[in-house]
Amino acid sequence: MKLKFAAVALGALLAAGPVLAELVFPDLSYRTGPYAANVIPFSDGYQDYFTLVNERDGGIGGVKARVLECETGYNTEKGVECYEATKGEGALIYQPLSTGITYQVIPKASADGIPVHSMGYGRTSAKNGRVFEWVFNYPANYWDGASIAVNHLLDQNAGDLSGKTIALVYHNSAYGKEPIRTLEELAKKHGFTLSLLPVDHPGQEQKSQWLQIRQQRPDYVLMWGWGVMNQVAIQEAANIRFPMENFIGIWWSGSENDVRPVGARANGYKALNMHAVGADFPVFADMQKYVMDAGKAAGAGDQMGTVLYNRGMYAAMLAVEAAKTAQQIHGTPDITAAMMRDGMETLVIDAAKMGSLGLAGFGPEFAVSCENHGGNGFGTVTQWDAAAGIWTQITDYVQSDQQVIGMLVAEDSAAYAAENGITGRCD
Amino acid sequence: MLYREAGDFKTSYAQDNQTFPLKLDRFGYYCILGVAVFVIPFVINDYWVNAVFLPFLIYAIAAIGLNILVGYCGQLSLGTGGFMAVGAYACYKLMTAFPEISILVHVLLAGGITAAVGVVFGLPSLRIKGFYLAVATLAAQFFLVWLFNRVAWFYNYSASGQISAPERAVLGVNITGANVEPWAAYLFCLAFLVASAWIARNLTRGATGRRWMAIRDMDIAAEIIGVNPLRAKLSAFAVSSFFVGIAGALFFAVYLGAVEVGEAFGIQKSFLVLFMVIIGGLGSIFGSFAGAAFMVLLPVFLKNALVGGLGWPTDLATHLEIMIVGALIIIFLIVEPHGFAQLWRITKEKLRLWPFPH
Repeated sequence: MKLKFAAVALGALLAAGPVLAELVFPDLSYRTGPYAANVIPFSDGYQDYFTLVNERDGGIGGVKARVLECETGYNTEKGVECYEATKGEGALIYQPLSTGITYQVIPKASADGIPVHSMGYGRTSAKNGRVFEWVFNYPANYWDGASIAVNHLLDQNAGDLSGKTIALVYHNSAYGKEPIRTLEELAKKHGFTLSLLPVDHPGQEQKSQWLQIRQQRPDYVLMWGWGVMNQVAIQEAANIRFPMENFIGIWWSGSENDVRPVGARANGYKALNMHAVGADFPVFADMQKYVMDAGKAAGAGDQMGTVLYNRGMYAAMLAVEAAKTAQQIHGTPDITAAMMRDGMETLVIDAAKMGSLGLAGFGPEFAVSCENHGGNGFGTVTQWDAAAGIWTQITDYVQSDQQVIGMLVAEDSAAYAAENGITGRCD
Repeated sequence: MLYREAGDFKTSYAQDNQTFPLKLDRFGYYCILGVAVFVIPFVINDYWVNAVFLPFLIYAIAAIGLNILVGYCGQLSLGTGGFMAVGAYACYKLMTAFPEISILVHVLLAGGITAAVGVVFGLPSLRIKGFYLAVATLAAQFFLVWLFNRVAWFYNYSASGQISAPERAVLGVNITGANVEPWAAYLFCLAFLVASAWIARNLTRGATGRRWMAIRDMDIAAEIIGVNPLRAKLSAFAVSSFFVGIAGALFFAVYLGAVEVGEAFGIQKSFLVLFMVIIGGLGSIFGSFAGAAFMVLLPVFLKNALVGGLGWPTDLATHLEIMIVGALIIIFLIVEPHGFAQLWRITKEKLRLWPFPH
């Protein structure tokens, strides 16, 4: 009987939702648990940018944006709950911030007609817009990341990696496994040996993996880590005195929170990125004025300019630009999720647009099209300077090996299309 | 006054042996069943199904399964997550290998496969007892998760190691995949839950259940009075794993749609189901329902109350929710160590005597 009362009370709470003209952007974050250290800055950046747009520009095309935060705890069951809870509020776009939840949301969101933007994570083959109508992963994906890392190593070795050994330390989940296929393909192409070292959730226990690295002495170590796993891995690498400049993390393993706990010994650690680092952009002056000083910052308000804050802000900026594009196409400020999808599919991010937003040179230029939902695969390599406590960009935006990735994307998306009976579009 | 057996005469053994001997109990049971079948499917939406009803129904099946093993047969198991994974992966392999066969059959077969696996991992129970057995089943948990992560055949060599449920229908109505009507998924799981509870109830009050309970209460004495411990223990493992496997299959195919073994079926799942059984009440079918409801609904309710109702920050609400659920578990175990089932039993006793308790 207790259940029934709880259920009735729950219903009463759910029924009370405001219905106003506003654009709803759910933020499926997780500020608790082993991955919180990385998500708090991301989520703060995401929310702050919407606050900035509301405060400075009076919303997107005159309509206020509302961010609905929901705690998923990086857990798929809670992810389902969050998806269903926010769906009914008129969500325009989902950014699940978890590869596992993305996999789960892809078919649901496609059926419900709500676009998903998994920026630099999620299902890589969603790049193929012919098959994945509702899913976008611009500006870059995991396979691009794997290839950019290998390209960086090729540069350092005068274009020859044959005979070298590269170890991949990865989170033993869908997230960590994504790059393996690409790396195997690249190993064949460039003649290096790939050794795989899975780390189980949550990644606090990595002694045996790093003992193996100590024994095998790979030339380079790549890492697909997240949350507490990053800090532990960098610490373990420091403990076995692995040369930090030969240790490259994916963009999710390269924030201040990952390297700071290791102190000076983390100096020289590299990580990929898909956007610029630092707070040296005009937009941050506005952010300070309209959001921070006004006391409207999300969270503790102390994350501005950190790597993941910038990434959250970048994700929000891309969503806002897509919404603006959608408003132009359909000639109405009050867009729906389907219109939002059209906006995302015709989104163009060029230097002029980024400059006008106070973000000149913040990310690569790209244009989304019906066939290509994943951008052009540009990324950059950053390096940690422990003495100064900053990440510095050490390469330009370099492109991934489009030939290998194009082939893998076609193969994987064709398998998905066959499994789900999808016939291609865009023709 | 109302709730008592006075005047409720039984004229046959069948009547005397029924599950709900009191008229009011029986009436209440039919009412709840009627509401569950004829009212709820018409009023629920996606949120209610996916956030509340499906997890409740599926965890209740798993809790019934574990309760047979732990509560009725006294064999402590920490392998529930692993056995749910067996059900899920068996269901996935069957669904993809035989797309023309009904999902109904696949779920049942997945239960059967899990039962076989459960029997294999139940064999050590003949030699080891109590906490030592718990450690042995813990090995099953870790081995099975490792196996499904390691051997690519189980996830059809997909790049990410995720398994995703393809679209399948029963009688032309979609049950799995993205285009599922809320009522269809709900009724499908409800049917399995009602059948599971009915089978479990009738097994546990018959000869099989008495053998299990004899083993639980004192295995040497049970052996002396002629209970075969091999058959009793292994049948408990088989029946328990069958239900757990069905729960795992539904959890993957109907509820989540895509799972990744380490995340969905890790050790925390084993503990969660064990907590449900302990809080609900060991050795009680009703307890399985109550425990599942408590562990599933309370976090959702608190989340909606704190974030949706009071507008608190999500991190504060989540931390508070963890504390409240934890504190309530401790309070319940201190105040009523035998769980919700015992609370319900005491309430019924008191109601029978009311208003003349002496």
